[in-house]
Formats: sequence, structure tokens, C-alpha cells
Amino acid sequence: MNAAAFLRRLAGRPWLWAYVAAIAVWIVTILFTGGRGAGEVLTAAFTFATFSVIVGIGQMYVVTLGPGNVDLSIPATITLAGAVATKVMDTQDGMILAGLAVALACGVGVGIVNYALIWLLRIPPIIATLSSSFLIQSTAIAYGRGIRIKPPPMLADFTTAQVFGMPVLAICIIALAAVMELVLRRTLYGRWVTAIGQNIRAARLAGIDVGRTRFAAYVMSAVFAGLCGYLLSGFSGGSSLSMGEEYLLTSIALVVIGGSSVAGGNSNVPGLWGAALFLFLVVTMLNTYGFGAGTRYLATGLIIIAVIVAASARRPAR
Amino acid sequence: MNGASLARNLRMLLPAISLVVLLVAIYALQPRAISYVGFNLMLNLAIPIALATIAQMCVITVNDLDLSIGTYVGFVACVGATMLTGGVAALPFVKDLQASGALPAVLPWIMQTPLAGVLVLAFGIVIYAALGALIHWRNLPSIVVTLGMSFVWLGLSVLILPVPGGQAPAWIRQMMTLKPAFIPFPIIAAIVIAVIAHVLLMRTSYGAVLRGAGGNPRAIERAGWSLLRVKAAMFALAGFFGMLAGLSLVGLTTSGDANIALRYTLLSIAGVILGGGEFVGGRISPVGAVMGAATLTLAGSMLSFMRISPDWQIGAQGAILIVVLAARTLIDRAERSR
Amino acid sequence: MPVGEPIIRLEEVRKSFGAVRALQGVDLACHEGECIGLVGHNGAGKSTLMNLLAGVFGAEGRMSIDGIEPAGPYTIATAKANGIRCVFQELSLCPNLTVAENARVMHRALSGFGWRRRAGRLIVEKLDQVFPDHGIDAGDIVGDLPIARRQMVEIARAFTVTDAPARLVILDEPTSSLDAHLASQLLAYVRRFVAEGGCVVLISHLLGEILAAADRVIVMKDGRVVAERPAAEFTRTSLVAAMGSVAHEEAKSRDVSAARREGSPRIRARARSGGNELIAHRGEIVGLAGLGGQGQSEMLIRIFDAARRHAQGITVEGGSALVAGDRQTDGVFPLWSIAENITITSLKRLRSGILIDREKTDAMAEDWRARIGIRTPDVHNPILSLSGGNQQKALFARALGSTAETVLMDDPMRGVDIGTKQEVYGMIRSEAERGRTFLWYTTEMDELKHCDHVYVFRDHRIVADLSRGELTEERVLHASFEDVA
Repeated sequence: MNAAAFLRRLAGRPWLWAYVAAIAVWIVTILFTGGRGAGEVLTAAFTFATFSVIVGIGQMYVVTLGPGNVDLSIPATITLAGAVATKVMDTQDGMILAGLAVALACGVGVGIVNYALIWLLRIPPIIATLSSSFLIQSTAIAYGRGIRIKPPPMLADFTTAQVFGMPVLAICIIALAAVMELVLRRTLYGRWVTAIGQNIRAARLAGIDVGRTRFAAYVMSAVFAGLCGYLLSGFSGGSSLSMGEEYLLTSIALVVIGGSSVAGGNSNVPGLWGAALFLFLVVTMLNTYGFGAGTRYLATGLIIIAVIVAASARRPAR
Repeated sequence: MNGASLARNLRMLLPAISLVVLLVAIYALQPRAISYVGFNLMLNLAIPIALATIAQMCVITVNDLDLSIGTYVGFVACVGATMLTGGVAALPFVKDLQASGALPAVLPWIMQTPLAGVLVLAFGIVIYAALGALIHWRNLPSIVVTLGMSFVWLGLSVLILPVPGGQAPAWIRQMMTLKPAFIPFPIIAAIVIAVIAHVLLMRTSYGAVLRGAGGNPRAIERAGWSLLRVKAAMFALAGFFGMLAGLSLVGLTTSGDANIALRYTLLSIAGVILGGGEFVGGRISPVGAVMGAATLTLAGSMLSFMRISPDWQIGAQGAILIVVLAARTLIDRAERSR
Repeated sequence: MPVGEPIIRLEEVRKSFGAVRALQGVDLACHEGECIGLVGHNGAGKSTLMNLLAGVFGAEGRMSIDGIEPAGPYTIATAKANGIRCVFQELSLCPNLTVAENARVMHRALSGFGWRRRAGRLIVEKLDQVFPDHGIDAGDIVGDLPIARRQMVEIARAFTVTDAPARLVILDEPTSSLDAHLASQLLAYVRRFVAEGGCVVLISHLLGEILAAADRVIVMKDGRVVAERPAAEFTRTSLVAAMGSVAHEEAKSRDVSAARREGSPRIRARARSGGNELIAHRGEIVGLAGLGGQGQSEMLIRIFDAARRHAQGITVEGGSALVAGDRQTDGVFPLWSIAENITITSLKRLRSGILIDREKTDAMAEDWRARIGIRTPDVHNPILSLSGGNQQKALFARALGSTAETVLMDDPMRGVDIGTKQEVYGMIRSEAERGRTFLWYTTEMDELKHCDHVYVFRDHRIVADLSRGELTEERVLHASFEDVA
């Protein structure tokens, strides 16, 4: 195989880079410890990456719809779903499924509100999801204030369970990611989303129902945020008012670093996992080498900017 | 007056109408709030928010969005509470080094001069200008670039000031607590901010070019202007107003904190939109943006007068945003159907 | 004809965009004190020529200004400094700025204290000169003005003078949004400007305007100048004749005797602004003719939508598919492969269970690659690896491969080479014989000859209704340019 063809193959799989970077960072980390704790680092990485991948999938579907499409209401939805679910379950194991249903219903509701604002007020999705996030956040704060309710023990056990050092939850979400990749590549819906992101006018003229497809993507993003809130409240011993905060920036960062195009129309799910592991491992590496929180933030920011600049070189000028 | 300009005037009046409605409601609930002291208390925090809103507006003018303004304001506040007061010597890690004996107890003057703070703040504005140039040059999505920058500013803030603390320079504190006769300081400040931003963007001849670049970039390019320079100028202006926001904020709080202004990012976007600005097309209103910022600030006071839990403060801000956007859509529809 | 060095002279200028040769050796000289009328059908090369003069892009060939060849590349700045101005067809005003501010954007000299007043006075005075009683205020926001006034501002702005002179002003369809009164004011001003030693190049499809205002008329066709004479030597009829094709080649005639126009029509549609009704039957190829942008594309898109949900004034039986002419904005999904681009409309049929079956999509793409002759070694190559003509074939394959009974074609042969065209014409004919209906918007006369029936559009309505027997180039041109009534 000649070099040019090899490079082209690589460019066709931009998500590989996220894994390459993740592995490199992991090696640098365990070099410092002399190999000790290599497994534990990976376990922790999978544990924490899981939650960001869940919301990353939803965000990715929204971003795929094309320029200007982004869901800023993810953190608020996580918080609301977590708060409502823990309250409904009220520490009882028997209510676990009811709690899940309620969390997902929160997501459906938020998604409908988001798209209604986009559609009725004809405002850019950023503003629509921004203003709805204000309302959702307030609702969550007002609803969730007061005593901290513990999650049902079975849910807590499930979210922290491990099989041979691999978190069970991570395995489930890897399966979910695989399904969502299949949806993106091999179903009508996935093709429609991708087509709209490349050229919304052409998509309409090719007979695609643009409105319904976008609606579904926004609902999906909110539902995944609800799922994330539900699992997170089980994992971290109850819901908290700031539990969603970091997931806005993380969800967008995963999409970018995972090699999906921010301009839409070209996305992939595997990259989300690579990016999530990479981001967590960078934090671990910096911690291991004794750097503080400031350096960690700085590194994360510079990585995002570097990736987007590098991606702009790959994208053909239009 | 034709229909289009009637609709535009109505749209332009919306920020003023929402502000007046809010003030009337506050007066009805708590007449004493409409007083010198009352305004001082209610609108104090409107000054940094208004400045941040103007900064965001500069970026929105050229059809971009700044998701880093909140952490940038926090960064400026941290610099203001340390290096602008006591130079490099005021940084916590330098003090640690002194305590451990790595640095002498008495530092040379060059490390104590506030000039270091001035240089760092100027550096911030240069970074902003460079970002604008980079976004134009590589045709990057501003959302992602500024998202990355928000981490960068936060990281720098934490490096400068790992735990909340420091002290704002005395002159800023004094300025923010001025008690002029008759008119409360926040109102004067808001008017000054609005006038300066208005003159800069709406009245100067280059301001017309800057706004034109948001309305029809190709026409600006065809007329022989450099879009790269326009973008850099607008981002530099955003950096400048963001810096003022951070300094005024640290003057009010007297100490710095990296997380002090995280919510400003969303507030500033909301303020621009409330103030009648449009997301694309370079249609902006500096005066409206300042009013929008004041409206968002007053919404909080309003809730407390209604004895509603402050939990609902951001909810009220969101609701106001949605109501105003809905009103705008209705005006546009009514105009189009005629 | 004026003597002396021309303001600008082009010799043997050529310009290509990909496979399309927009200019194939054009000579042009613009002298002081003359108005040049430039006419030609769509795609004749007028706009390309104008962009060239404005310095938007360069071209092969020689160019001299005042008899001197410019030392460096000829750019927008060179054009500006030499007093060459353009009024582009798409508005180049900033809609968010006021009239005065838009004047400022063009003139660097308008700065410093009091610039608003000076800019306002400059533009309003010019408006007063060109369009007396214009009713435009310097403080009006351009976006709020009706389209006619926006065009007036744009025209007046091109004639304003600060530091650089205005010597040659090129007006591209300047009256497209102006009523007859305003248009006559403009033409009168053009004459005055020319009398004072300026030069104007006037591009218009209103031949009356050209004959009234121009000293000299240049007729372009297919990127060449085909006629150049003093305006007095032209009549409307001779001008139309000059624009038409010189040699009338007969299109391969279809079987006219085949049963046409019987039974209930598959499509009935009327433009929003009224006019004749468009009717299309099963197995018919119906042409939508006229100049570009006269409402043909809008009509096609309304019919396309009407096939999906109820629309007023339009009835469509069966499904419809559309072949875009503006490939980049309306047709191609640039990140996808050829196969993905072909199959997107037919995916419902190409599934096993709920998953898209790659074997079925590949089979369809492969089938159409062979049938329509897309030149590529592999249908999995990116769509952008194809030439423009082959991309267009992929779009045809997308529409023809669908189950739609009606295929709408939105000037699909733009920039397609002649070989490809012939192949696609054959394809369309055989598909029509199998019962498909084609609605074909085209600006090319030769393509109309493949149609069973032709509707001519002007000002967003159907103004002429020509059956196959009645179709002549002259009739179409006459209906396109002037009232037939």
C-alpha cells in the first residue's frame, strides 16, 4: 500500500486519532507510575467516560444536522431528570423502572419544548435551547432543593458494578453506542440526518421530511440527557444541582475530538468513546504528573482548539 | 412611515418596553425600591453584565458567538484582584515561593508594579483579536473555538488564583462605590456604557463597515475592505469590553474567583437578544443591549419582591427571553401578512 | 463612434469555469461618451464579462486601461482606482445599514467628523439627479426599503464620486425591479452621464431600453460577440434574430403522431400571480421556457411540494422527483459517495428489515451507472470526484431511479458537456415513452425541441403556450422579451 492511499484511509476514519491519542496518553501516564495502577486508570476512565458518551451521542446527532444546530439544554435536562427520578424512586428498589421511565419522559418533554421553540419562534437552535435551559434549570433547582435522597440500592449497585475490572455500565453504553452507530449508518433515519447536515435544501428536494427528522434528533438528545441524569444520580449517591454542569462543554468537545464534522453531515459514534477516554486520561495524566486543576483546564481547551484547527485543514474549502 | 420601518421601530422599542414594564411591576410590589438606595442595590451587578453583553454583541455583529466570555470575565477579575493590585508579587504561587525561601522576602520593584497586570490584560485583548483573525482565516466555527477558549481562560484563572481571594485595586473599588448626587451610580454607568458603545459602533465611519460585515460580507469585501481586519477588530472590541466587565465585577466583589462569572456567557447572549439584536445579519442595538442586561438583572429583584424563591431567578430570565422572542415573531408575522 | 484611447479595452479574452467556456475570445472597447448595450440569452457570457471588468476575477487575454496594460494583476482595487464601477444583479448593499452608511462603505474618503452628513448629502444629491422625487431618506435602513428603492440606492451609489472618478459604470439588469417611470428616469440620466463624457455598459433583457439608450449594441451568444453595430441599425426584430442561433439545426423529431393530450392530466398548476395554466399528461415532456429567473424554478418547487401535501392551485397525481440544476446548492450531498447520492430517494425499497441493505443499494447504483453512463471506476468514490456532467448524471439517476411518476427538471443541463447532454436526452425520451411525465425548465432553445409542449414564463407567470408544432425560436424569444398580446 502506498503512502497516499494509507493517508486517505486514515482521513476516512478520523475517529482513529482519538483512540491513538487516548492510548498514547495512557502509556505516558503509566510510564510515570512504572506500570502500577495501569488497570485501575483504565477502569476509572471507562467509568467516567460512560456518562459523557451518553450525552455525546445525542449531541452528535444534533450537530450532524448542520451548522447552528447544537443542544445547550443538556446540563439542565440531566439535572432535572436526576432530581425527578430520585424523588420518584424514593430509595425503593421496586421503583427503579418507574424512575427510568420518568427520567426518559423528562427528556421527551424537554425535546418537544426545544423543537417547539425552534419551529414556532423560528429562532436559531442555540437560542431556543439556551432559553429553555434557563427554565429547566430553574425547575430542577426548585424541585430538587431540600433533602438529598439516596438512589435505590439496586440502582447504585448496578451503576458501580464491575466485571473483570470493566464497569458493567460501560459495557451497556458500548452496546448502546454500537446500536446508535448502526442507526446512523444503516437506517433511513441516519441517512436523513446526515443528508440534512450536508445540504438541507438538497435534502428537502430529495424528498426528505426535514422537520420531522430534526424534531426526532432534538428529542433524542434530550432523552439521552435524561438517561444520563438517571444513571448519574444512581452512580453518585443521589442527584445534585450541579451534576449536569460539566456536560455541556464535554458533550460538544466529544463530538469535535471524536472526528465528527462541526459543520454537520459527517459524524461517527466510535469517536465519541475515543474522545471521552482521551479527555479523562489527559486529566489523569496531568494529575499523575502533579499538575493542578488550572493546567488541566488549559490543556483541555488547547486540545479542543488544536483539533478544530487541524480538522479545518482536512475539510475541503467551500 | 412604511410598514417595514414601523415593525422595526416596534421591535426596537421592545427592550425599552420590557424594562419599563418590569420597573412598573417592581414599583407596584415595593414602591420603596424605586429610590436612590434601591437602584444602587438592584442595579449594581447590572454594570458588569451590561459590559459583558456589549462584548458579546460585538461578536454577534459579525455573525459569531462567544461562549468564553464568562470565563474570560472571571480571568480578568482574577488578574484584577492580584496582579493589578500588587504586580507579580501578589500572585499566590509567588507568595508560596517566598514562604519556602525560593524567592527573597522583599521583591524588586519590577515584580511589585501593577504594570504586570496591565500587560496581562492587554495580552487578553490581543488573544481575542487573534482568535477573530483565526476564525476568519480558517473559516472555523466560533462556537467550538470559543468553547475551547473558555477552558483556557478558566485554566489561566485557576493558575493565577487557585482559591478565591486577592484584593481589587483601591481605585476600582472606590469607583464602583461612588455615590454621586441625585442619580445612582449604576444608572450613570449604564448610560455611559450605552453611549460609548453606541458612538463606537453606530456613529463612527469604521463602525458602519464593521456592522456591514455582518449584514453582507461580500459587499464589504467587494468595496475593498479586509474582512480579516474587521473580524479581528470586532473580537478585540469584545475583549476590551469583557475586560471592563471583569474589572467592574472585581470592584464590586473586591476579591477574585475563577468561577465568579460562569453564568455571564449565557446572560450576555440573552442580553443581546433581549436588547433587540439579531443572531445574524449585523443588526444590533448597543442601547438595547444595555437595557436587556438591566432587565435580566432586575428580574431577580422582582422575584424577591414577589417572595418567590431565588431558585426561579434564571427561570424568570429564560421566560422573559422566550416572551420577548415570541413578541418579536408575532410582530414580524403581522408585518409579513399585511 | 468615438475616437481616442478607450477607457478599457479587452482583446481575445477567454474564461472557463471547469468544463464551461464562459468567454471564448471576446473583444471589447469602452470609449468615453458612449453607452454600450449588451444583450444575449442566458449563459451568453454577459455576467462573466462584467465580473471581469469589475476585477472580481482574472482571465486569459489582453487588457489595457487608457491604452496602457496594467503592470500588476487587474483587481477590484485597480478597477476602483480607474473609475470602473459595477452594479451587480444581486444587491451588494448591506441591508442592516442606512442609505448613508452604505455610501460610506464604498468610499474610504467619507470618514472623520461629520461623515454621516457628507455621506448622506452625497447619496441623496445623486439620487435627486438620477431619480427626482425618489422619496428616500439618507437615514433609511436599506433592509426596510422596498426592492425598487434598494435598487435605486445601489444605482445612485455607483455614480457617486469622492476621491476616485466614475468613468465607466456597468449596469446589469438595472431596471429589473423598477417601474416604467423610474426606468425612463434612469435611462435619461444615463444619456446625461454619457453626454458629460462618461461611459455606460447597459445589460438588459428589455430590448426597448437598449435601443433607446445605447449608442452601440453588442450581441453575445455562447461566450462570443456575434453582432456589434450602432443601435440605430437594429430593430427589435433584428436584435432578436441576432440573439438566436444562426444555423437552425433540427432536433431529432419525436413521434408526433403518438397520442398526446388526452385523458385527465397528471398535473395542473397555475402561478401565484395568475397567467395561463400549466397542464401535463402521462408520458409527456413539457418545457418551461423563458429567460432565467422568471418563476420557472418556483413553479417546479411548488409542484414538487404539492405532490407531498395539499397546495392551493396545484393538483398533482402520483409522486414527484426533482433534478436540480444548481447542483452544489440544490442537489449534491458533497460528503457522500456516488452510490449514496443516487440511492437516497429510493432507500425505502432497498432495505432488509429496517436496515439498509448494502447489496441492494450497490446493485441499484451499479445498474444506473451502467444505464446512464456515469464515468467512474467505482460507485463508492466520492461524488465530488466526478466531473460536473457526471455529477448531473448521478442526480438524474437519483430521480429516474425513484418510483416517482413525474420528474421535475430545474434547468439540469447547466454546464454539462454536449456528449452527456445527448445521452441524457435519449434517456428522458425512453422514460417518457414508458409513461413518465417530465417538466423541463430550460433556457436552451435546443432543449425545448425535445418537448411536446412549451410554456413560456415572464414575470412569474405563463405568457405563452406553444404546442410542438407552433414552437419556433423566434416565438419563444418574442414571448420572453416582450408582451405577445
